[in-house]
Amino acid sequence: MKIRIKYAKTGVLRYIGHLDVMRYFQKAIRRAELDVAYSQGYSPHQLITFAAPLGLGVTSEGEYFDAEMNSLTSSEDMVARLNATMAPGMEVKDIVQLKEGAKTAMAVVAASDYLITCREGYGDIRDFTDALEAFYSQERIEVVKVSKTKETQMDIKPFIYKLEAGENGIYMLLSTGSVDNIKPELVMEGFCHYLNRDYQKLAFQVHRLETYMRNEAGALVSLLEAGEHFYES
Amino acid sequence: MERLALSDEILMAVEKPARYIGNEVNSVIKDKSSVAVRFCMCFPDAYEIGMSHLGIQILYDMFNRMEDVWCERVYSPWPDLDAIMRQKEIPLFALESQDPVREFDFLGITLQYEMCYTNILQILDLSQIPLIATERGETDPIVIGGGPCSYNPEPIADFFDLFYIGEGETVYGQLLDAYKENQKKGGTRYQFLEMAAEIEGIYVPQFYDVTYHEDGTIQSFEPNNPHAKRKIRKQVVMDFDSVPYPMKPIVPYIKATQDRVTLEIQRGCIRGCRFCQAGAIYRPTREKNVELMKQYALEMIKNTGHEEITLSSLSSSDYEGLPELTEFLIEEMGKLKVNIALPSLRIDSFSLDVMKRVQDIKKSSLTFAAEAGSQRLRNVINKGLTEDMIREGAMKAFQGGWNKVKFYFMVGLPTETEEDLKAIPELCEQLAVDYYTIPKEERIGKVSITASSSFFVPKPFTPFQWASMNTEEEFLEKAHFVKDHFFQQKNRKSLSYRYHDADLTIMEGIFARGDRKLAPAILQAYRNGCMFDAWHEMFHQEIWDQAFEDHKIDIDFYTHRERSVDEILPWDFIDIGVTKQFFIREWERAKKAEVTPNCKQKCSGCGAARFGGGVCFENKN
Repeated sequence: MKIRIKYAKTGVLRYIGHLDVMRYFQKAIRRAELDVAYSQGYSPHQLITFAAPLGLGVTSEGEYFDAEMNSLTSSEDMVARLNATMAPGMEVKDIVQLKEGAKTAMAVVAASDYLITCREGYGDIRDFTDALEAFYSQERIEVVKVSKTKETQMDIKPFIYKLEAGENGIYMLLSTGSVDNIKPELVMEGFCHYLNRDYQKLAFQVHRLETYMRNEAGALVSLLEAGEHFYES
Repeated sequence: MERLALSDEILMAVEKPARYIGNEVNSVIKDKSSVAVRFCMCFPDAYEIGMSHLGIQILYDMFNRMEDVWCERVYSPWPDLDAIMRQKEIPLFALESQDPVREFDFLGITLQYEMCYTNILQILDLSQIPLIATERGETDPIVIGGGPCSYNPEPIADFFDLFYIGEGETVYGQLLDAYKENQKKGGTRYQFLEMAAEIEGIYVPQFYDVTYHEDGTIQSFEPNNPHAKRKIRKQVVMDFDSVPYPMKPIVPYIKATQDRVTLEIQRGCIRGCRFCQAGAIYRPTREKNVELMKQYALEMIKNTGHEEITLSSLSSSDYEGLPELTEFLIEEMGKLKVNIALPSLRIDSFSLDVMKRVQDIKKSSLTFAAEAGSQRLRNVINKGLTEDMIREGAMKAFQGGWNKVKFYFMVGLPTETEEDLKAIPELCEQLAVDYYTIPKEERIGKVSITASSSFFVPKPFTPFQWASMNTEEEFLEKAHFVKDHFFQQKNRKSLSYRYHDADLTIMEGIFARGDRKLAPAILQAYRNGCMFDAWHEMFHQEIWDQAFEDHKIDIDFYTHRERSVDEILPWDFIDIGVTKQFFIREWERAKKAEVTPNCKQKCSGCGAARFGGGVCFENKN
């Protein structure tokens, strides 16, 4: 049986990289004494997979991983047991049991939304919001995507599902996943370019609000929708 | 801890920012207004190295069990952050509270290896604490050193207010009580040092004067303060089962070098290898109760979530409860899917059976710490391992499916001849020959025998403390000689040989038996950019050469020179319980290649029995 765990990573834990978060949860699951399933062999490892890696420095309240379990108690009990062993900054928000045949979190991730604010000492995000609508209403939004091997010019407009100014910062909903993965930093870089302003990566604090998948109707829904809460029998 | 000492800009600019944010699972946060003493524990190397060290976890736990003490940690900032902190004048901070180290009452630095000496200065400098102890003011922390290198603290004596000689679990309570008492009565720093000097095991270097003969050897070593003792007695835990042990060790976020639960099953070693300092300074050998170890194993795995467990001791095979403990671990850890990493065990039927059950034979190798190639030289160093034992152990393993062997040797041992060096490749060759006596259908492919050698450094408090150490040229010549002889073996394709760097070994040799005259050179090397000397890519030979030259340090005086047993050695003021007479006897026996029985076979009267426990009193009711 598979479960999906939703967690938040905030505060100073934004400096813990993705691989270390994976190691962190493997240890947390042992501390919480959850009955997770292991692979066979001399060095058995837990059968867990993470949804979408989060960049260093980014905080989030919508992170997910899946775990194969041998047995379950209840959603509530397992959330409580994990939270009893969390470091400040990590919080397990919810756990559901995945329906039969559900694909892994990594496979189904389709989008994430973010809130962008200015870091202290880097001005006010409201200085940027005025021009946001004009930027987003362009027909094409051309950016240069740099990877390890090459630089490619691309139009990211189709992958920005929403871009709007909110009270607390810039809100954006972006395509996420193994194909068409658009990072919020890339959007901000394109936006700064549009404004003829230098893009300083450090100027913006990125906070992920939620990670989404598509339901049968094609609508973006929380990754938790693939499962249900469970109770002690 | 939401407030960090470093800004986002800095943390995003440096490698592995997780080294500096604290907040790890099981780290301890206290209310600083409710504690009387703040102690900052330091391992002067990178976070990943320091976090792997058992001793700090033990002391951290011990201090934090004290209600009115808050112990925190600090490690060497990596050079990238080091540069930023200097440029922006950011004071070095402790991980837990993120408060500057200079605001603490104590800064305790563990001295695990000689090549960390410039990192001590880095820690002090970044903390904005004066480097020289006598230049520190009333508000600076008391800087205290401990660990193996404090058994000859003289090269770094100028940088420390105190050294703690011995095992940390004994007199720290007394020391902190003296500190609190002095605070209460409004005493000065100097008055506290005088109180500390009265405590067993505490050495206050500034309370001693050293004079030298014209040839550079020590003429006198005398206390200059009435509170200072002539001899500092090593502190030992004798009630080893009831001493606190960290049930909730800190779990780092980033991968530490040793990322697992460590059970300390034994302290000390019965073997008496003559090159080994640990085997002398941790005498007498004490074992922990096996039932206690089982209980610790379960509790520590539960509290950390680690996926591996290992045993710590100088010679696990000598631990009486080993079969019972390994049986328990295989059973219980198997249920929890926790790996068991076994330290090097003596190769025999028992260990082979255990190894087969906990690891994949195809991937694992047998390890022999033979230390010397010839039986004669193994007798000189009192390594109780015979060629027959090695061959028998290896043969059993080959028959059991192993085909990889690792050997550790030392080159440059006292009395070593060309014959002894040739014996290294010959021993490896012999095992290869033995391997191929097994019928082809019963063996698994080719045998692979890897030998690696380090260069021998004579250490204080060993029978070799008077011995001549080889020069860099001699070391390299010998290593090349050994390598050439590997090429001459019939089975050379199954053998490989590698040797360590000789330049760092020489440095280690200088500091290991050094005296107070070295401090100005260490200070200059640091000022000119030396740090992280243990990391070969950051080691700058030319800066050290210049520092030694400028301070008229003759390297051979410290390394190559054989000492007479009458000479006052820099560390003679320390009494480790093992007598000088014993070391002299052992030095004489070594020269005659005479073996001394181990502590369980027969007591050799080393002196450690005066501690009143451990192996000295087992089976002697």
